[in-house]
Formats: sequence, C-alpha cells, structure tokens
Amino acid sequence: MTTTYRAPKMPTSMQRPGPPAAHNRPAWEEPPTKVGLASKGVVLGFAMLAILFPLWIVIVTSLSSKETITKAGGLVLIPREITFVAYRELLSGGQVSRATLVSLGVTLVGTLFSVTVSVLCAYGLSRSGSLWHRGILMTLLTTMFFTAGLIPTYLLVQSLGLTDTYLALILPSAVSVFNILVLRAFFMNVSQEIVDSARIDGAGDWRILWQIVLPLSRAVVAVIALFYAVGYWSAWFNASLYLNDHDMLPLQNVMIQVVQRQEPPTGLGQAVKAGPLSPLAVQMAVMVLAMLPVTVLSPFVQKHFKKGMLTGAVKG
Amino acid sequence: MKTAAARPSAGEDSAPGAEPPAPGADTAPPARIGRWAMFRLRLRRDGTRLWMTLPALLLVVVFAYVPILGNLVAFEEYDPYASDNGVVAMFHSAWVGLEQFTRIFEDPAFWDALQNTLVLFVLQLVLFFPIPIALALLINSFVRPRVRAVAQAVLYLPHFFSWVLVITVFQQIFGGAGIIAQILRQNGIEGFDLMTDPGLFKFLVTAEGVWKDAGWGIIVFLAALASVSPDLYEAAAVDGANRWRRMWHVTLPALRPVIALLLVLRVGDALTVGFEQILLQRDAVGPGASEVLDTYVWWNGIRNQDFSFAAAAGLVKGLVGITLVLIANKMAHLLGEQGVYRK
Repeated sequence: MTTTYRAPKMPTSMQRPGPPAAHNRPAWEEPPTKVGLASKGVVLGFAMLAILFPLWIVIVTSLSSKETITKAGGLVLIPREITFVAYRELLSGGQVSRATLVSLGVTLVGTLFSVTVSVLCAYGLSRSGSLWHRGILMTLLTTMFFTAGLIPTYLLVQSLGLTDTYLALILPSAVSVFNILVLRAFFMNVSQEIVDSARIDGAGDWRILWQIVLPLSRAVVAVIALFYAVGYWSAWFNASLYLNDHDMLPLQNVMIQVVQRQEPPTGLGQAVKAGPLSPLAVQMAVMVLAMLPVTVLSPFVQKHFKKGMLTGAVKG
Repeated sequence: MKTAAARPSAGEDSAPGAEPPAPGADTAPPARIGRWAMFRLRLRRDGTRLWMTLPALLLVVVFAYVPILGNLVAFEEYDPYASDNGVVAMFHSAWVGLEQFTRIFEDPAFWDALQNTLVLFVLQLVLFFPIPIALALLINSFVRPRVRAVAQAVLYLPHFFSWVLVITVFQQIFGGAGIIAQILRQNGIEGFDLMTDPGLFKFLVTAEGVWKDAGWGIIVFLAALASVSPDLYEAAAVDGANRWRRMWHVTLPALRPVIALLLVLRVGDALTVGFEQILLQRDAVGPGASEVLDTYVWWNGIRNQDFSFAAAAGLVKGLVGITLVLIANKMAHLLGEQGVYRK
C-alpha cells in the first residue's frame, strides 16, 4: 500500500499575504515588472484583436436587420438587435442550402474515407522489419518531394471520368502522406509488449488494430481527422476544375460567387429585393456558415495539436 | 527505423540458414530454411498488413505517380481531341521535343511571373518568418496556463479557415466596401480599396498569410521551447543572467535547429508562394502584379487549354524546386545543422 503524501493545509490566516502569483514560476526567476507585463499583454492583446475584430464585424453584421445595416452605412460594429432572418432565408432552400449540404456531405464522407485509408496504411507500416515495409514507405515518401503538377493531374482526373462527380473532390486529395507518417509514428509508440501478448492470445492484425492500437491512439486520430475534415471543408479549387454543373458546387465556391463577386445567391433574389433582408447580411451569413464548423471543432482537439505536429516532423 | 536493431527482425538482407525465429510468426521456422520458404513465412505473417497498406498505396500510385509520368505531355504538342480519353490522346499527339520549353523562355509573361514569385518569396521570408518566433517567445513568457490556452486557441483559429474565407474577411476590412473605406467615406474620403491595388498587392498577400498562419507557426517553436531543460535557465539565472541574457544565450540557441530546418524547408519551397490565395485575387488586381508561376501554369493550361505548354512550365517549376531543396539542404549541412534529410 502506498499513500500519497499531502502537505498539511495551512489555515488561510497563516498564508503569506500578497498577490496569488507564482503559477509554476520557479523560485529563481525574477517576477515580471509591471511595465513588462503590461506591454506584453498589449502586444498579445493586439494580435488576438487583429484576428477577432474582423470576425466580430462579420458575425454582428450577419445578425443585423436591414435598418441597422442601412443606418450604419454598411458593416455593423455595434449590434442593436439579433435577428436570424438571413440564416433562415439561406437555409430554407436555394443555392446556399444545397451548397452547405454538399460541403457537409463531401467533408463527412471524405474524412471517413481518408482516415480509414490512412489508419490502415499507417498500421500496416508500423512494424519495422515487416515484409516490403521499407519499399512501400519509400514509395509514399517520394511523393512528398516530387509532385506531379497541375496539368497531368487534371488530364488524369478527366480521363478517369471523374468530371462532374463528387469523387473528383475526394479521391485526388484523399491521402496525405504526412498524415500517414504522423499516425505511423504514434502506432509505433504503442507498447510492443501489449501487441505481442495480444498476438500470443490469438488476436490477428485487424483485431489488434481495432481493440488495442486505435483505442490507445484516439487523440492523434482525432487530430488527423480534423486536418482531413478542414481540408475537405476548405477546398474549392478541385470543384472549380472538375464540376461544370453549378448546382453541384460546394459552399466555398458559392462563397466566391456570393461574397467575393457580390452576386446574390440564386433562390432568394426576391427576398433580398423586397423583404427585410439586406444583401450584406446575406454575404456575412454565408461567411459565418463557412467558418462555423471549424471554429467549433478545432478547440476540442487543440491540446493534441503539438504532439501530432511534432511527431510527424521528427520521425518523418 | 525505431527499434530495428533491438529486436531480431527478419530483414531481407540476412542470410538464409542463420535466421533467428521471426517474432510473431505463427509457426516456429525450422532450423534450415530457404529464401523462398522464408519469404512465404513472412508473407503469411505480414500478409494482412500488406493488404492494409493497399488502398493508400493504390491512391498514391494513381494520383501521384501516374501524373508524374503524365508530364511527358510537356514534350509533345498535346491534342486533347486526338482521342475520347485524355490519357490515350497523349499517345496520339505529336512529339516535339523541347519546343515547349523554348516557347516558355521566350514568353515575357513567364519572366514576369518568375519575378513576382521571387519578390513574394523574399517578402514572405522577411515579413512573415520572424513573426511566429516572436509570438512563441511572447506566449512562452506568460506562465498562467489559462492565458496561454486562450491565446493559442485564438491564434490557431485562422489556420483552419479556407483561403476563400480569409480573402473575404480581408475584403470586409480593406476592400472598397470594407470597414476602413466605410469610415473614410463617412468622413468624406472616397476611393479607398486595397484589395484591387496592384501596387500593394504583394504586401496584401503577405499580410493575409500572416493573419492566417503566423499563429499556427508558433506550435513548432513552443514545442522546442518546452523541451529546453529548466536547469539551463536556473544555472544561467544563478550566474546572474537577466531575462534578456537568458533569452539570448539559452532560448535562442535552443531554437536554432528548428529555425534552420524551417528555413531550409521554406527556401526549398521558394517557388510556391500561395497558389489558391493568389488565384482567388487574380481577377481583382490583374495578372501584371499577381501572376506567379503556379497561376501562370493554371492560366495557360486550364484557361487557354495549352496543355503541353503549361505542363512544361510546371515541369520547369518542379525541377527548379528540387534543385532549391538540394541547395538549401547543402547549405544547412555546411552551417552545421541537420537539414531535411541526413546523409
């Protein structure tokens, strides 16, 4: 039996007065000066503001009524009321609704496919000394240095008959060798003893992957899934190359049309002209739709980013 | 890679007959065993793993290796109508040798694109590269975990935005209908629009890159900072070094390998200066200021359907890129750093 030692709690009256400083600050380090701390705070605050302020304008304007937008002369800095009329219009059918669904669908299916393929490949290569393991690894690594270029890829995807199919948005970018390397590095760190004992107990590779390696690597799989999902969600270029049918375009491409070129989305031209809907609010709402999923998802896996990035970089 | 030496693995190169029993093999191998039998044993042991790598391998072969061969169109006068199928048409097109390359080098637009690319690369290197290092040092100097977590969450966020979103966000700030133009207009100043200004376009592109990715860039540096032994700082402090001296003599030397590695990677990738980002703004500012090598390939290949010419331009860019990687790596070795790959 071991008992953990706990320092006896001091009564509050006996504790030293003064600021509750010293969060992990070692004894030898001089406490920061007031001026130093303040100026650091100002710089960091400015950096964060530079990111958050534009997003604030976009979000506030998307939630404003037509009157507020007219009164502000365009973009709104200070909210007067919150109205979801732009979102309601956009998501009740029409071009943006369809594009959002397309983006969600491609992202979900693509991420699932990419993660599955990458995890399988990473596990397959995670044991040094297994058959052809070196050769396959080299085959993958080479593509990180030699990329084929736009034109041959374009001709290939076209001649495979992928034009005007959603496969063209998934297959050409389905595998990232970097992500496979990150996963592989983590799988190799799973204790070999556990794997070997499972094997002796009769578990095959599928079972070892599913019941031992994957549960031990949840964090990194989550990070990789996020990377893939962000890639699919943000992609617009392949859609602009391979989709001629405008009804198939994903959200990013519709955002180019609606926000960058300022052509109102089809399906609600009337509501913009007659109704209580400002075209500016529509544009901003499209932008919020595009930023929402990644903004919500990324903080959940934030604490794992560092591990994922580094392992990949070091063990490549 | 990791423990290849530690465990008695059945490597391809080990002589038959002197084999230690392969770990994890279902059946214990007999004492003497031929090469072929050994191969079959290993195939039985690793067969499942091979099947598992197959989907990824197939995708890589089809979408990375086949297009590399497809670069042969750069030496042809590719005629997309020579056959119904684009790849088959490759074999029915006329072979012209290096003619496309001569055309490229005689095209003034190519040299403009090259110049724009290099100017942007230098701008990004000077204005972008130091910012993540400074930010990482700044965040690292805050000891409260809460401050650090919140700052990192905010700074990482734009990395996950698409380029379309980043550019439209910039439009709302610096564009003709953006917030700055709006405030100026209300005060009687008309015509502010940075998004269509060819003169400032390269700075705009750099600023967009900083906004999107400078925060993300700190991750690597934060990790390097976390791995510095606190003993070094303590010893320095005991020796009387103040915080600036400690940063100069402990922190920065600890970051040096990471900085060198990232510099090498950046120099090796010098000709890639933001394809999607620039393509999205090409119409707004015009090709004169915005055409870079990647968009030059896109314009000639996809828009003008001059496939062979564009493929040749892409090939030129790729070859220069590989040369740059090799040079950068050599430089890193000469400076005593590790570089991308070891010799």
